[in-house]
Amino acid sequence: MSHGAIGLDDAGVALNGTPVWQHVTGSFAPGSMTAIAGANGAGKSTLLRAILGEVPLAAGKITLGGLRAQDFGYLPQARIIDRAFPISVTDMVLGGAWRQTGAFGAASPAVRQRAADALCRVGLEKQAGRMIDALSAGQFQRLLFARLLMTDASVIMLDEPFTALDAPTTQDLLALVREWHAQGRTIIAVLHDMHQIRTCFPHVVLLSGGQAIWGETARILTPGTLQRAYETPQATPWAGGPA
Amino acid sequence: MSMLAGLWEPFATFGFMRRALVASITLGMGAGPVGVLLQLRRMSLIGDAMSHAILPGAAIGFLAAGGLSLTAMGLGGIAAGLGVALLAGLVSRRTHLAEDASFASFYLTSLALGVLIVSARGSNIDLLHVLFGTILAIDGPALYLMAGITTLSLFLLSFIWRPLVMECVDPGFMRMTGSRGALYHMVFLFLVVINLVAGFEALGTLMSVGMMMVPAATARLWTRRLVPMMALSATVGMLAGFTGLLVSYHFRLAAGPCIILTCSAAYLFSLLASPAGIRAGGGSSPFRSH
Ligand SMILES: Nc1ncnc2c1ncn2[C@@H]1O[C@H](COP(=O)(O)OP(=O)(O)OP(=O)(O)O)[C@@H](O)[C@H]1O
Ligand SMILES: [Mg+2]
Repeated sequence: MSHGAIGLDDAGVALNGTPVWQHVTGSFAPGSMTAIAGANGAGKSTLLRAILGEVPLAAGKITLGGLRAQDFGYLPQARIIDRAFPISVTDMVLGGAWRQTGAFGAASPAVRQRAADALCRVGLEKQAGRMIDALSAGQFQRLLFARLLMTDASVIMLDEPFTALDAPTTQDLLALVREWHAQGRTIIAVLHDMHQIRTCFPHVVLLSGGQAIWGETARILTPGTLQRAYETPQATPWAGGPA
Repeated sequence: MSMLAGLWEPFATFGFMRRALVASITLGMGAGPVGVLLQLRRMSLIGDAMSHAILPGAAIGFLAAGGLSLTAMGLGGIAAGLGVALLAGLVSRRTHLAEDASFASFYLTSLALGVLIVSARGSNIDLLHVLFGTILAIDGPALYLMAGITTLSLFLLSFIWRPLVMECVDPGFMRMTGSRGALYHMVFLFLVVINLVAGFEALGTLMSVGMMMVPAATARLWTRRLVPMMALSATVGMLAGFTGLLVSYHFRLAAGPCIILTCSAAYLFSLLASPAGIRAGGGSSPFRSH
């Protein structure tokens, strides 16, 4: 994977005129595994979206080190997926490889095999023929991971991927994320579970009071910084939630 | 014997009936699958809006050609339909109105404008033709146009199948994988517009959307798989064309409405008879049981 780091240089984002975070400088090295932490409303999702170019920067710049849009795999927090759409689990996974499929959505045996392997990898092989509305929330999350597998992205961004999942599912999917990391992919994940971050993520970006504290996890996640990040008094207690 | 003969005799005897039959089979084949996707995307209203939006374009074509010219009116209709699709997309991006709300206000404007333009120059008969079509007066060039549009739309649908379906299920994903999801959306709206234009010579601007929506709604009641759903929708449209024409011939009724009403009858029947129809909705609920 021959690309440079994703770098933020004194970057800042403002939504509707209100700054979310400012003066953020740091970089995600190729093949690194970084968690993004911070209180609700700190701007974690906004950071991912800024990297993808979905929200404009108010200041500074973000460099992608030669990465193209199709090198990113992204699992957003708020998903506008039409679960009622009549499409099978297999077709949904094949959709991740839509660049490789031809007219009529024809997929080569190799691509089909990859899709079957991806479903196996997330433990959905028995559900392959089902329609997507016949999956539980956790199974559906597994499906989205399988589709991410198909895209073969070199940078994978996950926004709270394990929220509302039970422990076995979380463990399975976390293992998959670590496998991606071992393959040399860059991982950026928004997480709330500090134990998870400490045990699996060498680097962390802690968003706190409109600033980013960036570095090695053990050094950044101290009781003091966490206290400040999660107890920063806001103007009004209800002003911090998503609009 | 005479009952059976009644099924094919009108088509064997009259050229205009044969052309009408070919026209409605062609329309059903193209509009059926497009209608299914339109409904699955919860854009039924938008199909309706587009069909109205085509009217002023067709009317301007009518003025420019100085009469009922298929080419001029077709081109005008396509231009107007795409224009409204773009404009509505733009408005909903700029304001916080939902896409269908902005469509609704455009299409009422378009309808009024179209009727105004046609009635300023043409006769009431012209107006009736533009609004409700003349399926019994379809000629060779019109048939070629319909066949061309159906071929193009089936070809395009199959060609962009997976990205289009992905764009329907999960628009965010397509945006993320660096594709222009908006491009597939526009190609799809283009398909809607050309299929409506194909239908309007035969069924008029107001009823051509019926051939798109009613068979699709019927098909959705019978299957939950996408491809069979599209095939069934096309089949319902084509069969309704055949049946509607026969009914109109034997009972001396207007052909266009007969075709659409046959679609409606199929829908009504499916609503009552299909497993996903009315019977499915009647499960016991703790709020209803006494
Ligand atoms: N469209 C918007 N307009 C104005 N402000 C917004 C908008 N979207 C988000 N914000 C604000 O930006 C801030 C950051 O939002 P963001 O979604 O990035 O938070 P987050 O850290 O991901 O929170 P959570 O943990 O709840 O997901 C919040 O204070 C939110 O109120
Ligand atoms: Mg968030």
